[in-house]
Amino acid sequence: MKFNHQSKPMLAAFAAALLVLPFIIDSLLGHGWVRIADFALLYIMLALGLNIVVGYAGLLDLGYIAFFAVGAYTYALLGSPQFGLHWPIWAVLPLGALLACFFGVLLGAPTLRLRGDYLAIVTLGFGEIIRIFMNNLNAPVNITNGPQGISSIDPLSMGGFSFSKTHELFGVDFTAVHLHYYLFLGFTLLVIFVSLRLQHSRIGRAWMAIREDEVAANAMGINTRNIKLLAFAMGATFGGISGGLFAGFQGFVSPESFSLMESVMILCMVVLGGMGNIAGVVLGGVLLVILPEAFRHGAGPLQQALFGKIVVDPESLRMLMFGLALILVMLWRPAGLWPSTQRRRELMPDETVAQQEQDTVYDAAK
Amino acid sequence: MDILFQQIVNGLVQGSVYALVALGYTMVYGILGLINFAHGEVVMVGAMVALTVLQILLAAALSSVLAVLCSLMVAVAACMALGYGIERVAYRPLRNAPRLAPLITAIGVSIVLQNLAMMIWGREYHAFPMPFSNGLHELGGAIITDVQIAIVLIALLMMAGLMLLIHRSRFGRSMRAVAENPSAAALMGVDINRVISATFMLGSALAAVAGFMVSANYGIVHYYMGFMLGLKAFTAAVLGGIGNLRGAMLGGVVLGLIESLGAGYIGDLSGGFFGSNYQDVFAFFVLIAVLVFRPSGLLGERVAERA
Repeated sequence: MKFNHQSKPMLAAFAAALLVLPFIIDSLLGHGWVRIADFALLYIMLALGLNIVVGYAGLLDLGYIAFFAVGAYTYALLGSPQFGLHWPIWAVLPLGALLACFFGVLLGAPTLRLRGDYLAIVTLGFGEIIRIFMNNLNAPVNITNGPQGISSIDPLSMGGFSFSKTHELFGVDFTAVHLHYYLFLGFTLLVIFVSLRLQHSRIGRAWMAIREDEVAANAMGINTRNIKLLAFAMGATFGGISGGLFAGFQGFVSPESFSLMESVMILCMVVLGGMGNIAGVVLGGVLLVILPEAFRHGAGPLQQALFGKIVVDPESLRMLMFGLALILVMLWRPAGLWPSTQRRRELMPDETVAQQEQDTVYDAAK
Repeated sequence: MDILFQQIVNGLVQGSVYALVALGYTMVYGILGLINFAHGEVVMVGAMVALTVLQILLAAALSSVLAVLCSLMVAVAACMALGYGIERVAYRPLRNAPRLAPLITAIGVSIVLQNLAMMIWGREYHAFPMPFSNGLHELGGAIITDVQIAIVLIALLMMAGLMLLIHRSRFGRSMRAVAENPSAAALMGVDINRVISATFMLGSALAAVAGFMVSANYGIVHYYMGFMLGLKAFTAAVLGGIGNLRGAMLGGVVLGLIESLGAGYIGDLSGGFFGSNYQDVFAFFVLIAVLVFRPSGLLGERVAERA
């Protein structure tokens, strides 16, 4: 992200483009696509949260969706007819974030001694545990309503302003999806801002030091345990916030939305886009939400046109293409589509590094 | 008491299947330090191929013993080819890439296999034909079927064979050498690529047999069956100490036992609050507990720091 080096008019144009984007999408592609854009923003938030854990601190988390689930269920339980509670958003969202953060620390504290693949599998297990509990906590005491999920969740509203109703301003109709777009855009920008500031802070550098070499980082006086916990907590908090927004936007949550596949999807956004690079992660999020959707809408009619009938179920074709895309992108660009410059340097082929080391040895001998 | 024995029998049967699949994970991890995320799907493909061949052969009125053996052979061959292909396409080009890259391709392969299977065999559950009469035996109050006895015996036989292969044969020695130190092994004249390919094929062959076993035991095949099984088997491998063959076997059996005993008794223990629908949770709780208290697994010598 080098916005600060670019001219101010560019930035202003970019901001203006973001503001009118929902209307352009609406007029070109239809109302449904604005909704998809809303989801894209939610996923970008999630991906940025995971980026802190995976991209900055180098801790592979395969259960990240659990924090999203915690945020979403907090919102759903405290703002729906399930318990007859209708807490306001300014109480529920932070509470969801806090709970997610708490779970992040809870998961992180015992597992941070582990590294790499072990951590991955423990976090994966944690994600599954959360999902199974949500699926089964409907008997004998009904808390989560089990596989049916919780419906008619209160829409997002602030003060008297409801985001789920159409408002008119300067003769322009702002429908629910438009309003949510702006709300989510605001949150996304906030998350990007926080990520950017963290990246160049003392904490951010500590994370990257741990990612590169934990022992060395420890020797440099970094409290690796606390800093790693902080990464988990931060990532989880972002996950919790977007979970709450998701629940309010969708009006319905069920354990199905929080499967392992979702965790994998978010991880793919981070890794495909370019770990540790905010612009890359945003790109990854946009691509992985938009492309499958486009495929879903395009594959059926295309088959109709080509063969006169639906040969392959578009849904499975979509997933097939997704899997193939993952493989191909990783084969061609193992560091992601848009890697951070620093990581690009780190990921030089081994031979180059070996050559350089050899050169220094020769230099020393001379 | 009857329940106890019954759950132990069930746990042993399930555990033998976990152990066979876990061996595939642990061998690959021992050599490449990589989670072969697609391994569960190999099990599923093995089951699906066996199903199709078995259906064709039984329809052709072949004798049932021959049909079962043939379908098992075809499934093993298909899975070996698949394992070879997966390694060639998704892992070999990324051997020196950042550590997360092969994990992502593995996930990609897994998704591709699952959806291909769904296109070929459909979304529905298939009944797995059972050409023999499946006799029941009583064992100390517990009931065990012929198929279950066969599963445990075959699993034991295959594990013994694998141990012999790895500890006694020339190929096994080169495999252990590559696991120990790939570059040193290469300097000693071991063809690393061949060893790695062979490892994948070996693991896939075990997976095919495991796939056949699960299908015969439950009588059901489904395109999604490999996912949870793979996850559990990986848990078993970690539980035993990943990279350690004996650990994978032990971990598989222990996990199977914990799961079935846990599912059998949790209702009583929690006063009916939790039911057997929490069965899947045990595997993961056990996993977390093991990693927290003994990060290298039950039999692992390597420390978890080796990332």
